[in-house]
Amino acid sequence: MPVPHTAFAPEATTNQALRAFLHGLPGVDEVGARARAQDLSTRSVKTTAKAQAIDLAISMVDLTTLEGADTPGKVRALCAKAAGPDPTDRTVPRVGAVCVYSDMVATAVDALRGTGIGVASVATAFPSGRAPMDAKLADTRRAVADGAGEIDMVIDRGAFLSGDYLKVYEEIAAVKEACGTAHLKVILETGELVTYDNVRRASHLAIRAGGDFVKTSTGKVSPAATLPVTLVMLEAVRDHHAATGRRVGVKPAGGIRTTKDAIRNLVLVNEVAGPDWLTPDLFRIGASSLLNDLLMQRTRLTTGTYPGPDYYTLD
Amino acid sequence: MAERRNTRRAAKGAAEAGGGTGGPAPARLAVRKTYKLYLGGAFPRSESGRSYPVTSDSGRHLANASLASRKDARDAVSAARKAFGGWSTRTAYNRGQILYRVAEVLEGRRDQFTAQAVAAQGLSRAEADRVVSAAVDRWVYYAGWTDKVAQVLGGANPVSGPYYNHSAPEPTGVVAVLAPQNAPLLGLTSVVAPVIATGNTAVVVTSETAPLAAIDLAEVLATSDLPGGVVNLLTGRVPELGPHLAAHADVNALDLTGAGELAAEFERAAATTLTRVLRPGPGADGGEEAWLDPDPGTARMTPFLETKTVWHPVGI
Amino acid sequence: MIFEYAPAPESRSVVTLRETYELFVDGAFTPAEGGEYLTTLNPADETKLAQVAVAGAADVDRAVAAARRAYDTVWSRMPAAERGKYLFRIARIIQERSRELAVLESMDNGKPIKETRDVDLPLVAAHFFYHAGWADKLAHAGLGPDPRPLGVAAQVIPWNFPLLMLAWKIAPALATGNTVVLKPAETTPLTALAFAEICQEADLPPGVVNILTGAGETGRALVEHPGTDKVAFTGSTEVGRQIARAVAGTDKRLTLELGGKGANIVYDDAAIDQAVEGIVSGIFFNQGHVCCAGSRLLVQESIAEELLPRLKARISRLRLGDPLDKNTDIGAINSAAQLERIRELTDTGEAEGAERWSPACDLPQSGYWFAPTVLTGVSQAHRVAREEIFGPVLSVLTFRTPDEAVAKANNTPYGLSAGVWTEKGSRMLWTAERLRAGVIWSNTFNKFDPTSPFGGYKESGYGREGGRHGLEAYLG
Repeated sequence: MPVPHTAFAPEATTNQALRAFLHGLPGVDEVGARARAQDLSTRSVKTTAKAQAIDLAISMVDLTTLEGADTPGKVRALCAKAAGPDPTDRTVPRVGAVCVYSDMVATAVDALRGTGIGVASVATAFPSGRAPMDAKLADTRRAVADGAGEIDMVIDRGAFLSGDYLKVYEEIAAVKEACGTAHLKVILETGELVTYDNVRRASHLAIRAGGDFVKTSTGKVSPAATLPVTLVMLEAVRDHHAATGRRVGVKPAGGIRTTKDAIRNLVLVNEVAGPDWLTPDLFRIGASSLLNDLLMQRTRLTTGTYPGPDYYTLD
Repeated sequence: MAERRNTRRAAKGAAEAGGGTGGPAPARLAVRKTYKLYLGGAFPRSESGRSYPVTSDSGRHLANASLASRKDARDAVSAARKAFGGWSTRTAYNRGQILYRVAEVLEGRRDQFTAQAVAAQGLSRAEADRVVSAAVDRWVYYAGWTDKVAQVLGGANPVSGPYYNHSAPEPTGVVAVLAPQNAPLLGLTSVVAPVIATGNTAVVVTSETAPLAAIDLAEVLATSDLPGGVVNLLTGRVPELGPHLAAHADVNALDLTGAGELAAEFERAAATTLTRVLRPGPGADGGEEAWLDPDPGTARMTPFLETKTVWHPVGI
Repeated sequence: MIFEYAPAPESRSVVTLRETYELFVDGAFTPAEGGEYLTTLNPADETKLAQVAVAGAADVDRAVAAARRAYDTVWSRMPAAERGKYLFRIARIIQERSRELAVLESMDNGKPIKETRDVDLPLVAAHFFYHAGWADKLAHAGLGPDPRPLGVAAQVIPWNFPLLMLAWKIAPALATGNTVVLKPAETTPLTALAFAEICQEADLPPGVVNILTGAGETGRALVEHPGTDKVAFTGSTEVGRQIARAVAGTDKRLTLELGGKGANIVYDDAAIDQAVEGIVSGIFFNQGHVCCAGSRLLVQESIAEELLPRLKARISRLRLGDPLDKNTDIGAINSAAQLERIRELTDTGEAEGAERWSPACDLPQSGYWFAPTVLTGVSQAHRVAREEIFGPVLSVLTFRTPDEAVAKANNTPYGLSAGVWTEKGSRMLWTAERLRAGVIWSNTFNKFDPTSPFGGYKESGYGREGGRHGLEAYLG
């Protein structure tokens, strides 16, 4: 059943109008939001449902490496892992995408040629976002030119926290334009926004500015993707869909390491945004070590025996 | 004018003695007080038009008192209910100020009350003086309680979770008080003051045989900034008024101190609407001396208080 | 794709049911003198769980005598700190056996394992733990320098939270030095009998706790027994009245925790998603078998149109079914009689003009079930706005101003609980101050804690349970 819109988007895009819109959104009670997420995390997903959930989760993984120490070799290894997560089992679904820094896009595209797996690139002076606008746009254009099908940008949290919503909005809109046909994921860095009220406002701001996905975190700030944060973002995309009919995706990233974590996220998607969001087109999980845990749990379900980490490739 | 004043001075002794016992006729006839009910801040007669003679301890006729009816009791409950919202939401400080004002005004009328106690109850002058002093002090005592009782009885509860949780006492509402039969001033004060100190409003059935002090007290209450309807005093008979008050659905609590043998019956009647009941305690039948304890504590306040607990999440 | 949760049943193997349970009197399980038994069912499938002895007047006599003997000879003489240690010990055993007790409770009551496991049992253990610590500190409770126990307490509890209500009764009574005779509800006696075993396991002196099973007659005999000093009852307002009458004129102390028709007020500035959660938990927690349920939703007219579809969408996601399935949100109605009452009142609401809505929801073939139901367009004059339904049925009313909200909320003979949803602190406090109810949940609902006093205004009863305030009910 659809839920109605919470507020109309303003006609004119001024900072005043954005402020009125964002501050007119219903508040989020922290304790209540946490309690709801906690309650949903007690859902027991076993046997057939678990098998289904694991494969779904694998297909949603944005397999990620975002280190200063990344090299073409490291990126190629990650791409090999993405292309064949479990060399002994061809039934494992392919991951959602490989996510790298913009200077590694060409390497990743090359390594993934023929696999059907897309490349996502972080851009806009990730992770801090503290760079001149033209540098952010250049970063984006370069990544897209090199073949990235998805851009993960960061918002200017400083501007957001100082109330300059228009600046955040315009940056997102400009990056979206620079993306061309590439999908835009907008990283809110919720660990720096601190409150759930801010998460809700930033989500709506990013959605309104044209983001195709809202993403929780860079992975460089703690806390990253907590369940209540994902819950609040799922509520935002749900409400936006109810108001406009447009579906926006959600990507929790950072801190999701176990199958249990991943399944809890899927339960949230299922019960908050609804089953329509249970597709890699609308839900991704930014992770690296998660993939192996999903694979091990998958083996456990198909063989009935507990697997050991030595049987899974590092990356 | 001067003449009259002189005459009055000359006739003072006879007038105060009540006159009419022979001897020379007084130069001026004393103006007697008509004792009426105290209801909603006014002094009406009983709607029934009835009165009954009140005699002194030794059988001498003192006055006629209004004989309150079932309908007077009903009106008193309405008046008390009407007054409850305003009185219960006064600040505790303000209630304390008003109760202290009652003490001040009562203190100013010590002589009247002492004489009344001597005449009506047959107390010695010294005994009467002690009772009146204790009554004044009782108002002072409860004036001091108004803004402390919530602190003493309420507080924060350390619940296991991210919640601010706090309990505080609130007045239960309209309290029907069957006042002690044999303690018409200090006993009455001792049962009425705690009820209103905590923000309740009261419908009081006074001592049947010694009701005059209650109406004198009503005059004190009426001139002490106590809003009308907070205390309503009915002179009359417990067996007639008690059943209606006990079963009245708009009465929240019942003080059975003066109920005598009818206490159990009234308690049963009160059960129908789960009216809170304070059973007659030890000394309920005693005279004023039974009420002399200068520190009665919270025992007469807690039965007329509800504990309200409020939860609220703590988060950002 | 559709993401279905596979069945996730909690194992019943942790519970060993006996075919027959006897009365627990003076530390031992003994048959009722009348030799009569009643059958307790699993309301989720109507299968028989066990037969349970029915206590008669003679059994009440001997249980009260045992409690008196234990009071006189052991319990009132024991150093308070030792008394407290028994309660600590009981709390620990409850924690150790919590899964078993949770499963047993779900089987006998029909409530979901998620609730017995995550709410009932943790609170039961916490209640004993909290009161254990009071035993040797009563002089500091603000009830006088040397508060004394009353003696023998007669306690009668309902079927909606069987073990939790037992804890609310027994823990404070024992901590304050009283001994007890407790009667659990006829449809949910099993966890009380398991508690009797725990008393044995804890080496609690015989007679300190006595458990008499049976129906209304047993309860009546217990509360009217002249040998007790205290009556504590949780249940319907109607039975509460009868008990108050029975106790009138005696020296017995009485506390009553009765019915309610709680208002849940949602202002237009509420945190709407959390308000929806609070409304759902307020009325569908424990199938609505909650005296403090938020059974009347009072929503500000200006957001009613937005709130109700959200609420219905949320209710559509509730999972009704096997109480032992870990994903079940709504379990079985406790008894055929209760189901009938819910049906009757809900039908009345519809007949009176309310619009009835339930989500698409398959009800199991056997057992007692009622789909979550919302009645909109309800007015204060409707029976469903005034009478306690005690089931998963929400009556929705609207209001325009805060004054109207408070007036409607208070327009009931009950006064147990109320909820307030607003992001404005001053409005919350203003509203909470004016609500005539013993527990106000602001931006939350149905939260309980052993430190937090619970109890009602007006016809919801008198006395408080829990916290420092709850001790007063058992001390003289």
